[in-house]
Amino acid sequence: MAKVTLTVNGRTVSGDCEDRTLLVHFIREKLGLTGTHVGCDTNQCGACVVHMDGKSVKSCSILAVQASGSSITTIEGLAQNGEMHPVQAAFKDNHGLQCGFCTPGMVMTAVDLINRHGNSLTEETVRAGLEGNICRCTGYHNIVKAVLSAAAEMGTARQAAE
Amino acid sequence: MDNKALDIAPLEIRGPMHSTLRHDSAHKHVSGTAEYIDDMPEPAGLLHGALGLSDRAHAEILSMDLSAVTAYPGVVAVLTGADVPGENDVSPSGKHDEPLLADRLVQFHGQPVFAVIAETRDAARRAARLAKITYRDLPFWTDIDGALANGAPVVTDGMTLSRGDARAALEDAPRRLKGEMRIGGQEHFYLEGHIALAIPGEDEDVTVWSSTQHPSEVQHMVGHVLGIASNAVTVNTRRMGGGFGGKETQGNQFAALAALAAKKLKRAVKFRPDRDEDMTATGKRHDFLVSYDVGFDDEGRIHAVDATYAARCGYSADLSGPVTDRALFHADNSYFYPNVHLTSKPLKTHTVSNTAFRGFGGPQGMVGCERIIEEIAYALGKDPLEIRKANFYGPKGSGRDVTPYHQQVEDNIIDRVVSELEASSDYQERRRAIIDFNRNSRVIRKGIALTPVKFGISFTMTAFNQAGALVHVYSDGSIHLNHGGTEMGQGLYTKVAQVLADAFQVDIDKVKITATTTAKVPNTSATAASSGTDLNGAAAYDAARQIKTRLIAFAAERWNVAPESIRFAPNRVEIGNKETIPFPDFIRLAYFARVQLSAAGFYKTPKIHWDRAAGRGTPFYYFAYGASVTEVSIDTLTGEYLIDRADILHDVGKSLNPALDIGQVEGAYVQGMGWLTTEELWWDNKGRLRTHAPSTYKIPLASDRPKIFNVSLAEWSENTEATIGKSKAVGEPPFMLAISVLEALSMAVASVADYRICPRLDAPATPERILMAVERLKAART
Repeated sequence: MAKVTLTVNGRTVSGDCEDRTLLVHFIREKLGLTGTHVGCDTNQCGACVVHMDGKSVKSCSILAVQASGSSITTIEGLAQNGEMHPVQAAFKDNHGLQCGFCTPGMVMTAVDLINRHGNSLTEETVRAGLEGNICRCTGYHNIVKAVLSAAAEMGTARQAAE
Repeated sequence: MDNKALDIAPLEIRGPMHSTLRHDSAHKHVSGTAEYIDDMPEPAGLLHGALGLSDRAHAEILSMDLSAVTAYPGVVAVLTGADVPGENDVSPSGKHDEPLLADRLVQFHGQPVFAVIAETRDAARRAARLAKITYRDLPFWTDIDGALANGAPVVTDGMTLSRGDARAALEDAPRRLKGEMRIGGQEHFYLEGHIALAIPGEDEDVTVWSSTQHPSEVQHMVGHVLGIASNAVTVNTRRMGGGFGGKETQGNQFAALAALAAKKLKRAVKFRPDRDEDMTATGKRHDFLVSYDVGFDDEGRIHAVDATYAARCGYSADLSGPVTDRALFHADNSYFYPNVHLTSKPLKTHTVSNTAFRGFGGPQGMVGCERIIEEIAYALGKDPLEIRKANFYGPKGSGRDVTPYHQQVEDNIIDRVVSELEASSDYQERRRAIIDFNRNSRVIRKGIALTPVKFGISFTMTAFNQAGALVHVYSDGSIHLNHGGTEMGQGLYTKVAQVLADAFQVDIDKVKITATTTAKVPNTSATAASSGTDLNGAAAYDAARQIKTRLIAFAAERWNVAPESIRFAPNRVEIGNKETIPFPDFIRLAYFARVQLSAAGFYKTPKIHWDRAAGRGTPFYYFAYGASVTEVSIDTLTGEYLIDRADILHDVGKSLNPALDIGQVEGAYVQGMGWLTTEELWWDNKGRLRTHAPSTYKIPLASDRPKIFNVSLAEWSENTEATIGKSKAVGEPPFMLAISVLEALSMAVASVADYRICPRLDAPATPERILMAVERLKAART
């Protein structure tokens, strides 16, 4: 058994788990944060993407103990003060979802992608950057649209703040 | 009444029919609060199940030593076929050919043989690997060639469609061609895998949450397996993380196992196979081998077609009968065959039983048909589009309007759809430019194709074309909506709520959409065959109509006005010119006057009938049409390719919700593109599926979608039949728009032999297949 201490969505949590417990299972089962989904069980579909110290990771490819001491943001922690994150709003407004199962991971990957590329984000980069997230419903068209639209809005917001 | 308030009364409600509206759960999906079954709070004492799978394709079980499984720490029970109190069968066909847990005989590699129930999912899965089973191997075959070589039986009777005299017309035709085409299967890869949670109740009761497109069938199957009546079983489905047909029948086994274990152990039980097991132990799209013989003339007009559609059905019937039937129903796509003879062969193979998948055989039927068109085009040295146009069904009464199943095509709009798309996509100019480009390009070659779609709407099993809805109006004016359809992302719940909002003229947020449950609406059909909105929308409309009729009678009497003068205006009710009352106040008055504010609505599709033995009838209420143009580039040295551009014009009648409909079209095209290009299922010589995860099974990614993607709805179209809001079904038809991808790849390949040889590209057109076709054509050219 291992003791894991994490900051999750701004709150410090700790718990015991088996050494082999994956971060995704710790998040879902110990913390009850079920917005992070398990799609393929094999590190490929991206439904389980969360942020670890600000970077997107597939939480099924990381052991909970490896994540110990880090700061985790899940889809539930993205909204601030009841206000959706611009990427969440963009996915909603651009119909960037259908069954919704891939959506939390897709949104978390997109946030990281926008944070990393800022104003230089191109459609090409979005399409390549989302390669680790599978969506079987939408054909990605509205997803790419949503990410670009959120990036534009966040860029504008950033400029306004500067 | 405060007249001032009425001055600012809205002119229109929020979310009527024909308005663009977000998916009802969109805000929950983006915030991670939409609940899937695995997200539900787990009941105290929950146990977890795992499957024990066979590792033989076809064998007799001589002995099963499960002692190590039982002894594994945390294991509570191990179930085999002998533990089934009712019937050890989950066959949806009623043929009793699909055991819940294989008994004595296994018929595919990965067939469930036993189930482990343990305190944790991990323990159950680990224990499931410890069984010692001895087998006596039996001969097996996993594909169509093997089935044909071994004289395999059919899993269900094939069908024949015939009109005119195909044999004589083939003999007499100025030109004649024969060929074969192989079309691969497809894994659904719904992002949420199969899952079921069962909670035992009093007496024989059991409640099951199942990720299923068909809660009623799960209910019946659980009853059948447990040997209890349907009224003891309640099945709930709020949403699925995708279905695509893969959850039409395939959820039965997990739900039945969870229920079996829950009743036996008197504890809640959850089954969630992991992705590899899900892909191994559940059915897929059928592969087909199409053998065709076509007679035509120098103009490219078809005189006769004779084709056989042989399918890999797997070990049991499941839905293979109706799937192979639908392949034949679409073996004409949009084309009139003056003489035709079509036969299906639903072949038994020692593989997992194939099942429904978006299009349900229709896509394979159509791909085979488009190959015939290509053959004619390359034989005559013409643009395949020219051949397509020459063979389109004519207008009603033209003498070229009867299908191979003797249904008259009454609503034909394919000419208009194709000509509008041809113009808007600049097809002719681009085709000329591509031919020029190819003349001067040594390695990269381009291709472009325009293909049409005509898809028949209705379940071909007439009885399934019925639906129910339950609508309550509470005394505060809020509305509760329930119907038999299930939500898998397609937006059905949203559309039906729009129907109800529109009928009562209240804002859509006054309509509460509730989870599908067998306890509220009984005997429902699968949410399948694209029929969800047509059927359930109409049933909800009927329920609203009943309640409104009562409300109108009440108001006419109370205010002493003519019933015709009562009007449901946006969020209010107008009593002639006497009074205008906000909807909630009106409902409260009706409640005090003891008006029944609840109704069960019902709908059955009119007109349709089908005589399978005779191959005659009107199996479809109407047709949905569409067309697409795809442009691709291939690398003739590696076989790799890119989809450069896609233009789509699709007919959804008068769209109930354009945003949702366009989403269906885009998603279907890309899913179809995957099927025809990179998605390849591979079984090894032991009958093992080796493509059981996205690492080996390549689903389209964001980088694969067309670089330019122009999607439009035919806004001028209205359903000529009396569907809800004159709309048309949208789930499946646009899947077949992706056929233009295959045809465009084919043209690019054909360029290496100056478009004089049909590349006969089989599907999926993987880079390997493209490369082999290029080499084949290069060799044939010299």
